[in-house]
Parts: sequence; structure tokens; C-alpha cells
Amino acid sequence: MKIFVTVKQVPDTTGKVSVKADGTLDRASMETVTNPDDLNAVEAALQLKEQTGARVITVTMGPMQAESMLRELYAMGVDEAVLVSGREFGGSDTYATSQIIAAAIDTLGLEEGDIILSGRQAIDGDTAQVGPQIAEKLHLPQVSYAAEITMKDNRLTVKRMLEDGYMMVQVKTPCLITCVKELNEPRYMSVQGIEDCFDKEIRILAYDDLKDHPLIDKTTIGLAGSPTNIYKSFTPPQRSAGRMLSGSTADMAAETARILAEKHLI
Amino acid sequence: MILDRKHELERKLFRQFAETEFTKELQDRLDETGEFDWDMHRKMARYGFMGVRIPREFGGAGGDYLSYALMIEEFARMDAALSIYANTSNSLGGGPLMMAGTQEQKEKYLPPIASGEKIMVFALTEPGAGSDAGGTTTTAVEDGDCFVLNGRKTFVSGAPMADWCLVFAKTDPTARGSRGISMFVVDLHLPGVSLGASEKKMGINGYPTCDVVMEDVRVPKDCLVGPLHKGFSIAMKTLDGGRLGMAAQAVGIAQSCLDESVAYAKERKQFGQPIGNFQGISFMIAEMATEIEAARQLVYHAAELKDAGKDATMACSMAKFYAAEAANRCAYKAVQIHGGYGYSRDYKVERLYRDARITSIYEGTSQIQEVVIAGQLLKKTGGR
Repeated sequence: MKIFVTVKQVPDTTGKVSVKADGTLDRASMETVTNPDDLNAVEAALQLKEQTGARVITVTMGPMQAESMLRELYAMGVDEAVLVSGREFGGSDTYATSQIIAAAIDTLGLEEGDIILSGRQAIDGDTAQVGPQIAEKLHLPQVSYAAEITMKDNRLTVKRMLEDGYMMVQVKTPCLITCVKELNEPRYMSVQGIEDCFDKEIRILAYDDLKDHPLIDKTTIGLAGSPTNIYKSFTPPQRSAGRMLSGSTADMAAETARILAEKHLI
Repeated sequence: MILDRKHELERKLFRQFAETEFTKELQDRLDETGEFDWDMHRKMARYGFMGVRIPREFGGAGGDYLSYALMIEEFARMDAALSIYANTSNSLGGGPLMMAGTQEQKEKYLPPIASGEKIMVFALTEPGAGSDAGGTTTTAVEDGDCFVLNGRKTFVSGAPMADWCLVFAKTDPTARGSRGISMFVVDLHLPGVSLGASEKKMGINGYPTCDVVMEDVRVPKDCLVGPLHKGFSIAMKTLDGGRLGMAAQAVGIAQSCLDESVAYAKERKQFGQPIGNFQGISFMIAEMATEIEAARQLVYHAAELKDAGKDATMACSMAKFYAAEAANRCAYKAVQIHGGYGYSRDYKVERLYRDARITSIYEGTSQIQEVVIAGQLLKKTGGR
């Protein structure tokens, strides 16, 4: 049994966000972190590994710098790290990305009993599309927003966290599950893990390794093949501080109505 | 020194762990009650912190002195007492066994202390033998298949929680000074062992310290660590490593003093502007930062020497001496920058001031470090 975990290196949005002149994120000047929801997926995989002895394989797509993230995941306890990287893949939107990652996982060998875990969404794009699209490309059942996963035989019972409640879903493997932060508390790296992680192999899957896969079509990957293109990205202007009204309730209500009317809101 | 990728990542882990887990609530509770927090001990053990420097084959993480120093520094930056939790097993507790233990002893004692299941502490100081460790009066007399130990050890850090204690005792009463001393692992559950009350300390509360009293304690012969009568030299060599750890702790405390001072100097306004705008304050901050960096480099250099297997006695003493004195100066300045608030328990610098004070006392006072440094210089020709 294998558990694939899809992960993404994202800019650390708790630090300074910088945008290049062309409107895209200036990733090189920003600190990077492993996407937080993806760490919940890694933790879930490691817990399932402790329960079943499964092999945990992390898969990411990105530039070579993503290697540092994969080392950290090794230090947390994953068994194998795969970096899908190539100029041809650059600029891919969610549609193209999911196609490439699906092809990568299929190439690595998706078998009966295997599970794919993804974070719900990445903090740089917030689309929540890549996980579900991978499932579609691989014709797998998918359960999104997992806040609890229990495994018995080859069945997973997943508690989905929805806006207005929970939904319990049972699913057979192989399947794909997207994880939310309520699922667990990701573990830290271990000292022993760090001592070992730089000696481990990072498997690189380049365009040449995937080009013969049916999902890989040069016209539907990379920036050129992506159906969506970024028009502009910007940091939203900071909201000004609120204004507190004082006086009697009637006065404050009248003043509120006046301000709203002035702004043509009522 | 520029850290390599591995040590950089370890520092990231230690910092992340300390910043997340050593909450203000936990720090305040430890300082207030002085009680050991077993949950934190177990959590640290889970990530391999107890065995950072213990070899793989004995259940440790197999890291080096630099990894160990980085851990103590980062932990102490958040909380000095909690930095000792993961210290003892890697230094005074595990160190003598790693250095002088037999294969059987290493196999028996190191794995449980690396996993945090057991705690081993170090007992050298006696009421009448502090800096003059050679004045040890605890005795161990051979009797059949045992040694019989009698004496009192004092200021044994961690003794209230410990399972085992490394005890230094005189085995050759005819030998003078530091000669004729041997080292034993004493099971603290043996008949004849009793513990004193926990000391009421000025700082580093939350890691209890007490006396260990031995009255006719029969210790099996296989508990002798290292050669008979040669324990003192092992103690001294272990203290090199211990001093390195305590120097790293002093750097962490000093760094915390600086962190708090910089934040406060930007935020506190007097005469219509942040106090950091005044030279009197900004110069203190510049002095602190420079001394901390100098201390840090001494610590890393000493660690590097030890990891390279070179003689590090003088380097460790220099690091301990300088870092401890720097921590005390930084703590003084941090409280000064905070003014009246720095004297209040509501601000962290009040505790840092108390925590810093021990660093120039334990594991060799600053004056003993000077004795070691001077001794090394004067016994060599040419002074270098």
C-alpha cells in the first residue's frame, strides 16, 4: 500500500508579499513554506503509515528550489520524495498542474489500495481545485474537506467538514482525499530525521519522463496550455480604521443612516 | 560561522518547537511553581531532543556538539529552564557514559535516557566541595561484589525526577586532592539513598534541584564507570561539553534579553518618541547585540573543535566565561531599558535577569573558567 501526498511550496504569507511589475508574485524574494493544508495531509499519511505500514510518497511540482521543502518532509518521516520539474511545466494553472501531477502519480504506479492525500487548497492561490482535478484525471473517487479519516480494511470513513455541518462518507481505495487543518496537528521534524534527510534521494520527474503519458499534451500544459491566465495580482489596500459613534441610540442610528446615505448605500 | 544546511534546518526545528510549545502560560507556571513538567519532557523526547548527541546505535539521533549547542541556545531563547530539560541527557548525564562507559553500560543506560524514559543526572558538588571538586568526601569502599557509598551530594540538578545518578566518590583515601576518585552509576531507588528538599532558587525554576544523600548504599561493581580511581579526569572532560551547553544557554538568554529590549525600545514612548531614538538606549542595544554575536561565535567555534576531535578545553571555558558574563550584562541592560516595568514580573526581562545569574555560577564559575584558561596558557610555552 502506498500513500501519495501532493504538496506545494508556497510563499510565506505571514511575511512580506511582493509582486513583480508584470503582476505575478515575486517568489524569489519571499520566504517559502510548505503549504499549511498539505502538512495536514502529510500528517494524516504518516498516521496511516503507523497504522498500516504503508509507504508515504510526497509529490510536488515546482522549480528545483522545492527540494528544500522535500528535505523537510523527509525529516518528518515520509519515505520517498518526488519533484516534478521542467521548463515545459512552468506557468501551469490548476487544470494543467493537476494533469501533470496525475500523470506523475500514474507513472510512479497507482495500485489497488493506494490513497492520494492533498491539502484542501494552497495559500497562494486558494483555488482548492488541484486535488479534485487530479482525482478526475485518474478516474478516482474523491472526498474533499476531510476533518477526520479512519481506515478499516480497504475502506476509509471520512468526516467532511462543510460550512453548515459535517458529512460522513465511506469510500473505497484507491481514492483521493483533500484535507483541512482541523484534521490533525502536523508533527515537527525530528532531529534524527534531519540528520538523515540530506542523504536521501529526491527523485526528479522531468518532461522527458512524463511526455509519453496519455495525460501529457504539450498544448494543455505550462503557461501556454493553461486555460486561465493571470491578468493582474495586487495586494488589497488596507482598510481604514473604523469610526466609533457616540451619543444616544437615536442619535447614533440617525448618524449611521446619514453616513450610509452619503455613501449611496441606502 | 556559516551553518551548513543540516545545522540550519536543525536550528529551524529547535526554534519552531520552542516558539510554539514553550508558551507564556507554561513559562509562567514553571517559574511560579518550580515544578517539573513531565508532558513537555515526553514531548521533547518524542522528537529526539534527549538524544541529540547520543549515537544512533544507542538510540540517539547521532548529532554533534554543534547540533546540541544550537538546541540549547534556541530553547533557552524562549525559556532557560526548559533548555535544561533536553540538556542533561546529552551532557553531564549521558556524556560520561559516552566517554568512558563499557559497551554493556552504554547499551544499558543510553537508550532509555535518549528516549526520555529514564533520567540520569550528575552529582559532583558537595557541601564542602564546590569549585574545589577535588575536596570530595563521599566515599566508596569495596565490599565483595559491591562498592558501599556514603556521603552527601548537593545541588544535583534534576535529582528529584531522576532514576540514576552519576556519583563521584573517593575510592583511594590515601590519594590526595582530585586523585583516587571514581565514578559510579547509582540507582536512586536503592536502599540507603535519600533526597533532600528541592532548593528554592532565584531562577531556572521548573527544573528542580536537590541533595542526594547516600548511607551505606550498596552499588554493584559493574556500576563503576571508567577506570578505578580515575573518575576525576572523566568529570573534567565531561564538564568541557557541559560548559559548552551552558555557554549556549547563556547566549540564548542574552538573545532573549535583546529581543525583548528591541521590541520595547520601539514601542515605549517618552518625550514624545520611541525610547530607541535616544542614544542612551540605542547604544545599550548595540552593545548587547555585539556581545551576543561574539559569545555565539565562541560557542560555535568550541563546538566545531569538539566535533573535529580537537582539544577544546580552553575554547569551552572561554565560551562559557564570556557568554555567561555577557548574559549577565545583557540582562542588566534589558531591565534598565524596561525601567520600572523591567522590575515587574509582568515583563519577561525580570525572569531573564534571574535566569541569567546562574550561568556564571554553575558548571564552573566564571573565575574557575579563568583558572582553566590561564592554566592552559601558562602551562604551554609561548602562550599560544
